[in-house]
Amino acid sequence: MSTIGYKDWAVDMAEVGAIYPFQGWEVAMTVVGVAFWIGWHIIQFRGESAELEAARKSGDPEAIKKAIDRY
Amino acid sequence: MDGNLNALTTVFTEFYYWVTVVFMFLIHVGFCLYEVGASRRKNHMHTLMKNIMIIPLVTVTFFFFGWWIYWAFPNAFPGMGGISLEAAAAYTPWSENMGTNMDDRITGVFWAAFLLFSWTAASIVSGAVIERIRSSALWMHAVAIGSFFWIVDAAWGWHWDGWMVKVLGYHDAYASGVIHAIAGGYALGVIVVLGPRIGKFAADGTPRDIPPHNSWMLAVGILLIYTGFWGFYAACNVPLISPEVIDGQIIGTTWTATNIYLAPTSLSAITFNFLMSLSGGLMAAYVVSKGDAFWTLSGGLAGIITASAGNDLYHPIQAMIIGAVGVVIVYKLHYYVERKFKIDDAVGAVAVHGYAGVVGLIIAGFVLWGAPSSPYEGYAAVNPIGQIIGALIMFGLLGFLPAFIISKIQASMGILRIPLEVEIQGLDLGEQHTYEAAIADINVATKAAMPAE
Repeated sequence: MSTIGYKDWAVDMAEVGAIYPFQGWEVAMTVVGVAFWIGWHIIQFRGESAELEAARKSGDPEAIKKAIDRY
Repeated sequence: MDGNLNALTTVFTEFYYWVTVVFMFLIHVGFCLYEVGASRRKNHMHTLMKNIMIIPLVTVTFFFFGWWIYWAFPNAFPGMGGISLEAAAAYTPWSENMGTNMDDRITGVFWAAFLLFSWTAASIVSGAVIERIRSSALWMHAVAIGSFFWIVDAAWGWHWDGWMVKVLGYHDAYASGVIHAIAGGYALGVIVVLGPRIGKFAADGTPRDIPPHNSWMLAVGILLIYTGFWGFYAACNVPLISPEVIDGQIIGTTWTATNIYLAPTSLSAITFNFLMSLSGGLMAAYVVSKGDAFWTLSGGLAGIITASAGNDLYHPIQAMIIGAVGVVIVYKLHYYVERKFKIDDAVGAVAVHGYAGVVGLIIAGFVLWGAPSSPYEGYAAVNPIGQIIGALIMFGLLGFLPAFIISKIQASMGILRIPLEVEIQGLDLGEQHTYEAAIADINVATKAAMPAE
């Protein structure tokens, strides 16, 4: 068994194509990859929303003035 | 060089490695920026010089014996055949090959490519120990890991004839273990003995954050390390080789690029996988650290490091997912170890390099299970057990253990850590006084030269 489809390299390189693991599963891998990407946006958006809401409520007027002056 | 095709291949290979060396110099630039940015103002110059002097010290020792070890030690393990003086004869410092020689145009650039890896291994350790180690102690460690322990592990597991490749099926194409796991393990061995910086832990053991004095230097430093990492990846490949040079193990007449084990891969493959593992690492680190800049940038690096063991063969989506998984494990493990064992790793080097390297080796054992580790007959295929044993050898046997022993000896002699008073006032206090006195002096002199009104 070899996940890349080759058990040894005694082959003619002119006849070798893909050598990555789990050939034939490209569509499934793409689904997993896209899910990871979309999931990232969802998690990031939720986290950012919570962070902005917390920041909106925690404004100390003096600290805000200092931040403005600091530029 | 007989024949124009042979000459062209030789000069191309020579130029190829030369370019990788120039790129890899940026790794050290990045480490210097990163370390100085992470240190407090009172320690700047010593932090910088501690890392800068790694360059000459590791370079000369790598010339004197490091490069020889790589060729002499592939089977220097009990029961494996021992040290080969014959194979390494061309790489003694007194060999004609180790100089200007029209019969050998490759040794210099190949030596340099490995040497830049040596700097990286030493520099990883340097970052973890800032603001409390004596420079002299760190430089002993730099020579130990840069010109001995890492190159022993390279001979064993990153050489076409290495015993770990033959017996264990060890596969580590872009150095998850042979650079990163060993350097992380070594850093851990030093800081366990060295102890934390003053104030790092509260009386109840709660760790305190010691923020960098300059976050921008950190960010630019890591971005430069990314850039240098491209050169590192290219340097891990043999750019062009004919089947006859691999003793006819690959049949036919088609030339190919190979990894360090002389097994086929391509620059295209590793470019896909470098970028996808970087991206997976950045994305996972951003989420798991809640957008922390330090961890997100370091996570990009950890993503690449986790996928590096198999990035010669992975599919790009596999590289992305492996990079992401590695970063989550590394991030959690860093804080667990910090709290549990009161470990002060100033730059997260043990986690980003050590844990990521170990995790990457183990994952590669499963994902590449059964793949040939070498084009040569009789070598074990890649497998999880071989990779786990390999990870233990890299992180533990050649990383943590020697660092712990050397540090214990240094500590017992009182030459490991700077005095308490110096740590409190900062290493640069003397230089700062001299600097301010020089400014005052030149300002007085300049004003005295002003024409009278």
